Amino acid sequence: MSDVILRAEHLGISFGGLKAVNDFNLELREGELVGLIGPNGAGKTTVFNLLTGVYKPTEGDYYIGETKMNGKPAHAMVEAGVARTFQNIRLFSNMTVIENVLVARDRKFGYKLFSAFTHPKSFWKQEAQEKERAMELLKVVGLEDKADTVAANLPYGQQRKLEIARALATDMKVLMLDEPAAGMNPTETAELLEIINLIRDRFGISILLIEHDMSLVMKICERITVLDYGNIIASGSPEEIAHNKYVIEAYLGKDDEEE
Amino acid sequence: MFSKLSSKVNFIAVTLLFLILVVLRETGIFNNYVMGILMLACISIIMTASLNVATGYLGQLVIGHAGFMAIGAYTAALITKAFANADILNGSGIENFFRFIIAIIAGGILAAIFGVLVGAPTLRLKGDYLAIATLGFGEIIRVIIQNLKICGGKGLAQGSAGQALIGINRLADFYVVYWITVLSLAFLFCFARSRYGRVLKAIREDEIAATAVGIKTTRYKILAFSMSAFFAGLAGGIFAHYLGTLAPGTFDFNKSIEYVIMGVFGGMSSFSGSVIAGTVLTVLPEALRSFADYRMLAYSVALILVMIYRPQGLFGSYEFSLTEQLDKYFDFTNKVQARKEKKAAEKKAGKAAAGEGGEK
Repeated sequence: MSDVILRAEHLGISFGGLKAVNDFNLELREGELVGLIGPNGAGKTTVFNLLTGVYKPTEGDYYIGETKMNGKPAHAMVEAGVARTFQNIRLFSNMTVIENVLVARDRKFGYKLFSAFTHPKSFWKQEAQEKERAMELLKVVGLEDKADTVAANLPYGQQRKLEIARALATDMKVLMLDEPAAGMNPTETAELLEIINLIRDRFGISILLIEHDMSLVMKICERITVLDYGNIIASGSPEEIAHNKYVIEAYLGKDDEEE
Repeated sequence: MFSKLSSKVNFIAVTLLFLILVVLRETGIFNNYVMGILMLACISIIMTASLNVATGYLGQLVIGHAGFMAIGAYTAALITKAFANADILNGSGIENFFRFIIAIIAGGILAAIFGVLVGAPTLRLKGDYLAIATLGFGEIIRVIIQNLKICGGKGLAQGSAGQALIGINRLADFYVVYWITVLSLAFLFCFARSRYGRVLKAIREDEIAATAVGIKTTRYKILAFSMSAFFAGLAGGIFAHYLGTLAPGTFDFNKSIEYVIMGVFGGMSSFSGSVIAGTVLTVLPEALRSFADYRMLAYSVALILVMIYRPQGLFGSYEFSLTEQLDKYFDFTNKVQARKEKKAAEKKAGKAAAGEGGEK
């Protein structure tokens, strides 16, 4: 297997007395797609927030590549190559679709304040270049003809896609998708599946996926990690997970009568 | 290509307006009183436009903007006074022009520095809390200034409000101020249409999402805030050199609110709106002067009507584009394009003919 790109060792966080996540271990290799599942309130989004710098872990270590990332702010995580989407979509609603993507490419713009004030030739060249790049990304998610639409006016499924395009625009190595299929109809979910496969092939990135749609998870994930009450209760291939006693218990409850 | 054409169009329009004003002034149709009001309108425009960056684009309600204006006003006034005392650039015409420009830019820079100092701690706050904090800072700045000995106060330890700062050379010439306003607007507009403006809007829309795509939000917020302060300081410098006296209490809470009102009236993230609102809300109270006490009533009614029928302000976030209007009625851009191509073709043909001639 290729290199480990993201590694969490015994990662944990407590809010006051509550241990939201405890002893979380994860290794994500290049090009891998790992699913993170668990019942509601199991701590999946908290794990995302830890890995993207929204929360600072109170225990354990976190590495991106070889760099220790404990407690680094969110923008540093993006610079190190980790981008995310949100469970409840967070777009720049009153901006156009292409502007949403361009904001994520802000680091790639070379021009400085002086050029911003005076708009010399180099300014227009860079703007045009980045716009072209943004259009390519919109093409990947199939939104190229909506570039000038205000993001808030997009239908729900397309908003999710735009969020993915925006995350892609940061040139990340690891993409973290927080319930990308939530609220999507079956057609949209199928499209999403296509997009995920497409961006894996095309950009060679690793993906960490939180998802409730089990059929989607089972279809595309190579490995699955299951959380319950902040602890990892199982980890393995989709088949293993599907037949794991603890996982079934966590989702369906214990069958008392049998015992 | 398109943008360059539109900047040419705008430059021509602004120059035309300038020439009209020159004619009106030189022929005496606009007397000094009218020109004075127009000067105040220019100051309002710069103030409102600068507030637009912080409040419209960044989305942070700032109600201490007059504080930055005060810093600029007093700094610029003291600098021109010091220059006059030392007899540097203290002649007439061009020397006065440079003294004025140096003074107001220095005022702007000091205001920007204070923008960073005030912004760094307060920009962590959000919404109402930030508004109150900026209000507080604006008042602190004003109170400190009016008690400083150098500004006509009795010294900070004395603690009582001071006298007005008088005897500032009235260096603000309308023609100069007009172009300063045009330049400020051009700079601010370009800034807003660059990656910086885009990022500021993104922070306004969703700060968490902006951080999640790698934006260093604090840095951008402070940048926007200090830039906004810079132009407020610039406007303050002009204000000082227009009035000739700076009374303590001029730059109080009401002054800040006045500009917030202009911003909201015109549309919070539209510079076209700033220009219209700055002009209208400065001229309107003066134009209604003959109605004496009823004029403020009319002013208030105008505001209420705008808020009822256009809560997003006159312009919202729309920017008026002269080129677009010309396109609409005269198909302007395409015509210019066609003419350019025709010229280029003619040139080519001419060259080819010349080349043939050379061969023979």
